[in-house]
Amino acid sequence: MAKRRVAIVGTGQTHHKSHRPDVSGRELIYEAVTRALEDADLSIKNIDAIIIGNMDHFEGINYVDCWSIDGSGGYHKPVIKLTTGGTTGSTLAIGGYHFVASGMFDKVLIIGWEKNSESDTTGAITTAFDPVWDRLVFAGAISGLAVEAQSYMAKYGATDRDGARVSVRDRKHACNNPYAQLRKEVTLEEVLASPMLADPIHLLDVCPRTDGACAVIMASEDYAEKITSTPDWIWATANRHKYTYLGDVNWGELDSMAEASRDLFKKCGITEPRKQIDVIEMYQPYSFAGIIWIEDMGIVPRGKGAEYIWSGATDMGGELPINPSGGVIACNPIGATGLIRCAEAALQVMGKAEARQVPDVNFAVSTGFGGCMWTDMLLHGKKKPNL
Amino acid sequence: MKRLIRTGISLEDKEIVMEDIFNGIEPQVYKSQISVPYQWWAGETASKFFITLRDEKKILGTECPQCGKVFCPPKKTCPFCYVDTKNWKEVGPKGKVITYTVVYRKLAALKKNVPVAYGLIQLAGSDNAMLHYIEGIEPEKISIGMEVEAVFSDEKNASIHAISHFRPVK
Amino acid sequence: MEAAIIGVGMTTIEKNKVGETYADLAWEAVNKALHDAGIGIDDIDNVITTSSDFWDGRTISCMAVGDASGVRYKNCSAVEGDGTFGAAYALARTLSGDYKTTLVTAHSKGSESISSIITNAAFDPIYERSLGMDMISACAMQAQAYMHATGTTSEQLALVSCKNHKNAKDNPYAQLPMDITVNDVLSSEMIADPLHKLDCSPVSDGCCAIIIANADFVKKVKAKPVWIKGVAFCSDAYFMGDRDLSKAKALEEAAKKAYSMAGITNPQKEINVAELYDAFTYQELMWLEGLGLAEYGKAGTLLEKGIFDRDGKLPVNPSGGLLSGHPVIAAGLYRIAEVVLQLRGEAGGRQVNAKRGVAHGVNGLCGQSHCVWVLDKEK
Repeated sequence: MAKRRVAIVGTGQTHHKSHRPDVSGRELIYEAVTRALEDADLSIKNIDAIIIGNMDHFEGINYVDCWSIDGSGGYHKPVIKLTTGGTTGSTLAIGGYHFVASGMFDKVLIIGWEKNSESDTTGAITTAFDPVWDRLVFAGAISGLAVEAQSYMAKYGATDRDGARVSVRDRKHACNNPYAQLRKEVTLEEVLASPMLADPIHLLDVCPRTDGACAVIMASEDYAEKITSTPDWIWATANRHKYTYLGDVNWGELDSMAEASRDLFKKCGITEPRKQIDVIEMYQPYSFAGIIWIEDMGIVPRGKGAEYIWSGATDMGGELPINPSGGVIACNPIGATGLIRCAEAALQVMGKAEARQVPDVNFAVSTGFGGCMWTDMLLHGKKKPNL
Repeated sequence: MKRLIRTGISLEDKEIVMEDIFNGIEPQVYKSQISVPYQWWAGETASKFFITLRDEKKILGTECPQCGKVFCPPKKTCPFCYVDTKNWKEVGPKGKVITYTVVYRKLAALKKNVPVAYGLIQLAGSDNAMLHYIEGIEPEKISIGMEVEAVFSDEKNASIHAISHFRPVK
Repeated sequence: MEAAIIGVGMTTIEKNKVGETYADLAWEAVNKALHDAGIGIDDIDNVITTSSDFWDGRTISCMAVGDASGVRYKNCSAVEGDGTFGAAYALARTLSGDYKTTLVTAHSKGSESISSIITNAAFDPIYERSLGMDMISACAMQAQAYMHATGTTSEQLALVSCKNHKNAKDNPYAQLPMDITVNDVLSSEMIADPLHKLDCSPVSDGCCAIIIANADFVKKVKAKPVWIKGVAFCSDAYFMGDRDLSKAKALEEAAKKAYSMAGITNPQKEINVAELYDAFTYQELMWLEGLGLAEYGKAGTLLEKGIFDRDGKLPVNPSGGLLSGHPVIAAGLYRIAEVVLQLRGEAGGRQVNAKRGVAHGVNGLCGQSHCVWVLDKEK
């Protein structure tokens, strides 16, 4: 365990939209940062270091950590860029935790952002794959997700109705979140009738493209309790970025999630995640993942994900609400997305989630997904972790 | 303790030489490029600057309410005080060369024919400097501190190219 | 700070490693570093890779070297920027108490892209990029400002090139070992005034890996540890027109903090060797001054007196520096590895007498963001 306790003391988000022509990327970042500072009642002078991330080819800006200074507030401060693709936002959160836990900095500002409207998202994502092997025969993100869904369906007999049920849940939850981009309820039939993008994924099964930024402030124990009476303590972090090539993935099961969650729960003494965890903010870019990945996380046994979803257990008011914010299906500014999960989990623990609040949250999990089926995870708690 | 990454290639005390097993193999090179189309939203601040430049041939800066610095190119926020800038101020069109270079080799990013002279130009009434071309003078005669003025472009162009270049003040 | 570097591994730096992929380079550097530390990959409990999507021509560029860096069953992360920044995050993870050993890699293959276009993408797309500048022309403006403010001459710049290329003759990893004269530099092609071809670093391929361990782990291995005494990084304003380009203010602040962590009050006396980010000749002089290793504007004169030669009072870039090989993202990590070898007394023909050294890396245009490492033979 860490040498110092670390807590989230403030968060800020932009109102996420498909296009934000009124601001440049830097100005979008500024909005999220000023909101986080306001939330923590701090000024930029109180910040010791800045961690920022996005995905370069979505905006076509090299050295974003340098370019964004006017917006991030990084003038004459330590600024570092972390980036791991879709997991970028959660990677940033994990980075903030380590920089504070290490004693190198007391108060760290973490910024994830993306203006997906500024480029061709699928064109840019395709360049993630190996130029000699995978790139020539594979495109975008949806095809990989469709492969996962098909593999799972073949193994466990799930149907596209099961997937649609997850989409119905998240889109309903999003109506409670003023920051979400898509706030409109849909029915099962509407999901199933929406255009087929890559079998079995319909348009309403997947995330949109979004312009948005998120900022989170983490502080060491000494400062955290002075800044807020309800700090969100980070108990532990874990991740696995297992794969380099598409053909190496164990399709139909998310091994990176299985390994990362085992690691995470072991670090914190979580033995029965379904009972001990009160809410999950999952980076779930399409509906079927909502079934598959809770199995990998050990919430339910293999093949039982759909049944659990249909029971209503993951809806608001259920046993273990998932994505009270509406999740990624309602909003996906990619470099910010993982950090938004972290911020939303923090809001739940701090009791500041307003209309989307789950009652009495002691433990929350936030996750990130990306790369070649990679996973990042953080465990958030109301009580202080043991050292 | 000495086991290496999972293939078990033994390092012992000699360096790994992959070439040994690949002798005589001709390395293949795959050519490609990343071509992603971009559209950058200038935002309201830069948009106002460019539109005024194009339509009125006026150069505007923004002023920080805290430190009082005037920025051109204009900024929505002051990087030093981290607050929103408030007032628009007209600056230039005269200014001075803070530093410069003359590029003699045509590098890939450059679309003009060399030599091309670049300067950081601090416009009168502004506290920072703008990057642009310096023309209308032999490159060897450019100097730091030299007075220059903006030459506006005839093209209807709401971009930095609404200024064609800067030239010495006669 | 209770952490040390226990292993380093470098590939040779070459103009075009056409036979090797990024993963091949990482594999070589990682295995050399493990071998150097006398440990296996199972002794590493987390990994940081450092890469750049732009330089690698690949979104999520860290994917390319994950397997080769041994991340598959471990916690890991990825930094974009210079390798010194990757190492700074690796240090944080080690000091956090969550991990005992962090492997850091940084790779670059300049040969696979066109650096002018890659660095042009660092300019603001709204106000500047279409003017067609790149790293060389931007740095030429900085060189002009620095020379104007300090009176540093082209001859002094050229001397940096002569010194570093000569130093490289004793560095088996260097790309451009050579004997050149001031006149050779001054008569080489003028690329962007005042920078001649021989004032500029070459395009290079290479990968470097280091292993950072906490104090408990250091006790368990036979490796010769080099202790990390101070690490700090700092960024200046982004727009060149917002900065005084003739001064390295952000470097001054980073250095001040790193020295204070290391308990150094007089760097000119207490630092015995420096490996700096000399992407261009003028930068070695500017960065020396920013690091407080020379008075502002005086580095050129001290250079002429031989202070920074390998047998001088403060050897600077005894490896030959970036001028003799510049794998962009890896360049700063190579500086750390070189200082480690110097402090262990294992730098071969380029060995200098040193107990304490400084390594330095840069991100962005004209040294906008700097990372400073103070390393010591003793704990």
